[in-house]
Amino acid sequence: MNSTDFILAAEESVNPLLPNPWEILATGVGFAVLLFIVIKVIAPKFEQAYEDRVTAIEGGLEKAEAAQKEAEETLAQYKAQLLEARTEANRIREEARSEGAQILEDLKTKATDEATRISEQAQRQIQAERVAAQASLRTDVGTLATELASKIVDEALKDDARAQHVVDRFLNDLESQQSAGASN
Amino acid sequence: MFAFALPMASEEGGFIPPTVHDTHLPEIFPWAAEYGTGFGKQMLMIALSVVLISWFFTTAIKNPKLVPGKMQYLAESGYAFVRNGIGRDIIGEKNFRPWIPLLFATFFFVLLNNLFGAIPFLQLPSFSHAGSAYAMAIIIYGTWIAVGLKNHGIRYFKLAVTPPGVSPVMLILLVPLEIISNFIVRPLTHSLRLMATMLAGHIIVMLAASGARYLIVVQDQLALNGVGVLVIVGYVAMYFLELLIMVLQAFVFTLLTAIYIQGAIEADAH
Repeated sequence: MNSTDFILAAEESVNPLLPNPWEILATGVGFAVLLFIVIKVIAPKFEQAYEDRVTAIEGGLEKAEAAQKEAEETLAQYKAQLLEARTEANRIREEARSEGAQILEDLKTKATDEATRISEQAQRQIQAERVAAQASLRTDVGTLATELASKIVDEALKDDARAQHVVDRFLNDLESQQSAGASN
Repeated sequence: MFAFALPMASEEGGFIPPTVHDTHLPEIFPWAAEYGTGFGKQMLMIALSVVLISWFFTTAIKNPKLVPGKMQYLAESGYAFVRNGIGRDIIGEKNFRPWIPLLFATFFFVLLNNLFGAIPFLQLPSFSHAGSAYAMAIIIYGTWIAVGLKNHGIRYFKLAVTPPGVSPVMLILLVPLEIISNFIVRPLTHSLRLMATMLAGHIIVMLAASGARYLIVVQDQLALNGVGVLVIVGYVAMYFLELLIMVLQAFVFTLLTAIYIQGAIEADAH
């Protein structure tokens, strides 16, 4: 710029408050075009994007919450089941233990009973055998005594020596019979 | 330093501070008669802003992803800022939805055109030209009056100028004031606030640039050249302040738009 410019400018002395009509027109039209584009394109797209995001985020949060809840429920369920299973196992173990003890007790009792029974039976049998042996012995002794008596009487009449001999033989018989009976 | 520089300057032709005139660049198609009244760079930038905003936001949201990329995230943050930070907070949950596009377009239209002032080569905030600011203010003005009429009928004008709970005597005083403040001053302040801050910022840029150029290039003394460098350093701080003001003014302009619309919708609620 030089001094002539300055003088020219001072002479014209543009008032900054006086508008250039073309500028009013240009600004008005420019703004109208911009507003039209914003109304038709920009604002709806931004609103849509905003809505989409809100939906997505809210949906995501809800989904996450649901998943969390489900997981917690499942965990609680599992814990309950685990507790139940433990209790059950304990119960079974206790049962088994008491049952085992019971069985052992039963078996012991049974064995004792059996032993008692067997020994009683044996006793009874021995008793019976003894009775039978006594009875049989009494019969035998009677018979033998009679026999012996008849023989002694018979022999005595013939010979003393012979009588002696008969007596010995009888005693021997008796002895052998007795040992046979004992061995029986 | 200026006192030292200026007497010398007057001898050599001197330092010429930039004027408002300089914010009007030569027209590209000078079909209007007066200088500064044709189709120029400023209007091209308006068109450029429309193209850039449309391109950026349509591209960013063309294939919206649930987890946004960088570009989509940036665009969505901008959209959400206007939608929730301005629209929903001011107009209210019930009524704000139809006004999102208007607020969105207003905010980014003003923001980008302001930021043009901070981009080298463009280096001109479109709204430092009164015409553009007036155009926006007129559009908003027409909009909120139409909203008021649509929601409340012709009674809207009565509602708008009579504050409730005021004695009739006070109303005689208040009604003219309300008419002036709501229907005359409001659109003017709405547009001039934007235009004046942008123009001031732009003049600071021009002043710093031409001043630094004058001090460094035209002056021979080393000390003055050094001061010129200081001017540039100071200008960098001003540049960031300007950036802040550009964003802030775009926000304020849109916020006021929302407040006016809210006031028109709920004229009977206060």
